Formats: sequence, structure tokens, C-alpha cells
Amino acid sequence: MRTSRTNILPGFGLATGYAITYLGLLVLIPLAAVVAMASSRGLDGLWESMTNRRSLTAYRLSVFSALAAATVNAFFGVVIAWVIVRYRFPGRKIVDALIDLPLALPTAVAGIALTAVYSKEAWLGSLLDRMGITVAYTNLGVAVAMVLVSLPFTVRTVQPVIEDLDQEIEEAAASLGATSGTTFRRVIFPALLPALLTGFALSFAKSVGEYGSIIFISSNIPGSTEIAPLLIMTRLEEFNYPGAAGVAVGLLILSLSLLLVVNTLQAWMRRGARA
Amino acid sequence: MTVATTQHESSLAPPSPSGDQRAIGGAPWVVRCLLISVAVVFLSIMIVLPLAAVLFEAFRSGLPTFIRALRSPDAVAAVRLTAITTAIVLPLNVLFGVAAAWSIAKFEWRGKTIFTTLIDLPFTVSPVIAGMSFVLLFGARGWFGPWLASMDIKIIFALPGIVLATAFVTVPFVARELIPLMESQTGQEEEAALSLGASGWSTFFRITLPNIKWGLIYGCILCAARSIGEFGAVSVVSGHIGGQTETVPLHVETLFGEYKFGAAASLSTLLIAFTLFTVVIRHLLQSRKLLARSGHI
Repeated sequence: MRTSRTNILPGFGLATGYAITYLGLLVLIPLAAVVAMASSRGLDGLWESMTNRRSLTAYRLSVFSALAAATVNAFFGVVIAWVIVRYRFPGRKIVDALIDLPLALPTAVAGIALTAVYSKEAWLGSLLDRMGITVAYTNLGVAVAMVLVSLPFTVRTVQPVIEDLDQEIEEAAASLGATSGTTFRRVIFPALLPALLTGFALSFAKSVGEYGSIIFISSNIPGSTEIAPLLIMTRLEEFNYPGAAGVAVGLLILSLSLLLVVNTLQAWMRRGARA
Repeated sequence: MTVATTQHESSLAPPSPSGDQRAIGGAPWVVRCLLISVAVVFLSIMIVLPLAAVLFEAFRSGLPTFIRALRSPDAVAAVRLTAITTAIVLPLNVLFGVAAAWSIAKFEWRGKTIFTTLIDLPFTVSPVIAGMSFVLLFGARGWFGPWLASMDIKIIFALPGIVLATAFVTVPFVARELIPLMESQTGQEEEAALSLGASGWSTFFRITLPNIKWGLIYGCILCAARSIGEFGAVSVVSGHIGGQTETVPLHVETLFGEYKFGAAASLSTLLIAFTLFTVVIRHLLQSRKLLARSGHI
């Protein structure tokens, strides 16, 4: 193992110093300011801004919608990744490329695109409306937006694992008499599980903080269809900085936890890959 | 959040020897068709349909209207602001990405793991919080607010604020491309050059850079795409002053709010075009094996 002392490669001090300083100034100090502002009215004030009714409603909406979206994406993500890797069909490469679109797409564009599709005047929107399903300006719309923006996270996390699957094991299972369903349940799915969980967590993390793609399709009514990031925005506009920071701290705690979870999962994945 | 897969060069999995449609133990034909249909229909509804709807809206009133929307003074100002912001943010984050990748990939040091994790922080933080943090620091009622006002420096509601917010959310992109790339490259070529007497900088420019060329290029494209399209963070710091502090995504929102859907869709078409460009480049690079398809986003 090369330590900085025995390494003959130069530039350690310069590179590391610059990188740490840059990250510290651009990312860490600003986030620290958020935490500081949140605590500026003491722990009681912080607790109040996080647990007042409007905040709780906003958290609930963001978290539950994100959970639903991540679940949907977990399911469809596996199907899509599986289909791309294992099957041949016309347009497969296009499907593969499509997955990247939501990642690179500006959230505002996603937002107005979704409104264009699901509003009652639109083709799909009116179709759904006749079936009694309203997407635009409801919480369902919030979840749909989250599915769109976080889909790539599940697909791209699971896809390399499927590519690496040793098909010989599946063939062995089949030759021992397993149906494809059993093979999937007992051979393939356990191998996919860490990646699936990672994708789920990433999907969730992205959805819970999502703002741009949601505010167009949501009716944004305070106390019912207001997502947490929007509440932060509103508090800022009211110059209620401690209130805004309080709500933000809740989301930050969520972010950090998810970051830790994902890193642990990925360490698990790496160990599994080496096995 | 990088899975450092070395030599992971597989494009899509090759068919098994017995022909993929009849692999031993593979799912029956009907199931395959069903799965493929589910995938295709899902993607068509979730991704293709919304984008098609925007394009339809943009060109619904004909090409001249589309062009006129793009040439409105506010739209032009928005494009210019977006371009300037990206032009500033990109080199800054590239510099960071290269420095961080060099430090992380080539050396072992205490705190390295924590630092690597922290680089991903902007990825998981809501963009609104990113923007807000700068308002708390530099806004009129922020920590430095009074001092900045006394020096007549405007950060929030002006270009510097927009640059900072955009830089914050795009920090990870170049680094995340370069770190696994440099980790998978041994330092042997560099060490050889150094032992032959080359200076550190010379080694870097003539050996390291060419080796990471494609990862760097792709990281830049990703960073630029995100920087052009960033909405939430910029929305907080910009003040939405039409013609002055509106980036393209912000202007799209304004037009949308004014019920000028055609104009909003027209401007969005620009953004979509750049997004498609990003996606196409990624696929070109990956199919030519210039970019390893590793497990990170």
C-alpha cells in the first residue's frame, strides 16, 4: 500500500490541499451555515420548525411519495435492466440510451413536460381522467414526477450486476430441474439485492429533495400538496430563515443517512463481487 | 458512490452459446415478450411521451413562432446568462475534479474515505438547500450581508450567487468520472516518467491527462448539462429578474407561469437538444469502449 510518504508521485499536498479547501469553502461551510441558522433559536426553535404541522405535512408528502416512487422504480428498474442486458429486440440500444435522459434533463423541462402530458386537456390526462385517475395537481403527480427523475438510478445500479451474473449458475439450476421462476427467486434475485437496495436508496434520496420537476405538476397547496423543498422556499421568501433552515436540517439528516446507507451497501456489493 | 470496476469493458452481454432466445433455463418466450413490452411501454409513457409533448407544443404554431420565441430579448439574455455561468463553473469544477481524483486515486491518507463520501454530498442535498445556504451566507440578512452591502458587492440576486449555487450542485460530476478511472490506472507510467527525470507537471500533462482524456471529456459534458439545466438552486439565489438574472430554466418557468406555453416549450427544446447531445455522446463513448460502463451514475 502506498502511503503519501513512500509514494514518489508528486503533488499530494497541492492536490489534496486544493481539493479539501475547495470542497470546504463551496459545500461544507454553506451547509454548516444552514445548520447554524437552524439552531439560532436554540434546540426548541429547531424542534418547532421541524415538527410544526405544516412542516410535518410537507415531510410526509415528500417522504411517502419518494418511497412510492423508489418502489415503482425498483420494480420497473429491474425489469428494464434485465430486458436490456439479457434479451435482443429491435430498439434495444435506443431503450438503453433513453434511460440516461432523465438524468441529464433539466428539472424544469421535466416539470412542464409532465404537465403537458397529464393535464386534463392533454391526451393521456383526459384518458386517465375518464378512468377516474387525476395526475396533474395531485399527490399522484408528485409521485409520477419523482419516478421520472429517479428512474435512472435504479436501472443503472442494477444493470452492471446483471451483466456480471454468471449464467452458468442459472443453467446449472435449470439442469437440476428449477423453473425459471425458482431460478429467479433463489439464484438471481439474491445476487441483485444489494444493487437493488442501493438503487432504491439513491432513487429515494433524489426524489425527496426534488424540486423543479414537481412544482409544475403539483398544486403546491400549503398544508396538503406542498413538498418539503417548496416549504423551504416559501419560508425563505417570508424571511423566516430559521424556519427554512429547520426544515432543511430535517432533509439534510435524511440525505446524510442515505449517503451512509448507500456507501455501506456499495461496500457490501464490492465484497460480494470479489467473492 | 462509485463502484470501482476495473476493466469493466463489457458492452451489453453477449448471447449465450446456445443462442440467447433458447438459453437453457431461460424464461419462456411469452414471459420474455411480456417483460420487453412492459419495459418499452413504461419508458414510452414515462420518458418519450413527455418530451414529445413538449416538442409538439413548441412547434405547434409553426417554425416562425418557434424562432421568434427564441429570439425574444429575455430569452436571449437567459441563454447568455446560462452560458456565462457554465463557462465559469466548468473550469472550476474540472480543476477540483482532477485534483480530488489525483489525491484519492494515487495516495492513501487518513480521512480519504470521508472526503470521498463528502464529494457526493451535493448529489444528495436538495438543490433548494444548496441555494439557500448561499442566501444565508451572502444575502441581505445573511452572515456577510451587511459587509457586502457596505462594499457594494452583490452576490445574491446577481451572477456570483448563480455561479456559486450552480458550482455547488455540479461539484461531484467530474470527480466521480475521474476517480474510478484513475484508480483503475496503475501509476506505473507516471512513475517511470518521474524516474526518468520528468517534472511533476510535465508528467501530468503528457501522461496522466491523455490517459484520462475521455473520462474528463464526458465528466465535462455531464457537468455542463447539469449546470445548464439547474433550476432549484438557482431559483433560490437569482431573484428571477427577467432579462437580468434569469437562466434558461428559470425563464422557462416564468413563461409557463405567464401561460406562454408555446414559448416555454420552445426554450425547453433548446435544453432538450443539449440533453439528447449528452446522451448520444455517452453512448458513443461507451460503445467505443472509450468509457468503461462502471456502476456509478
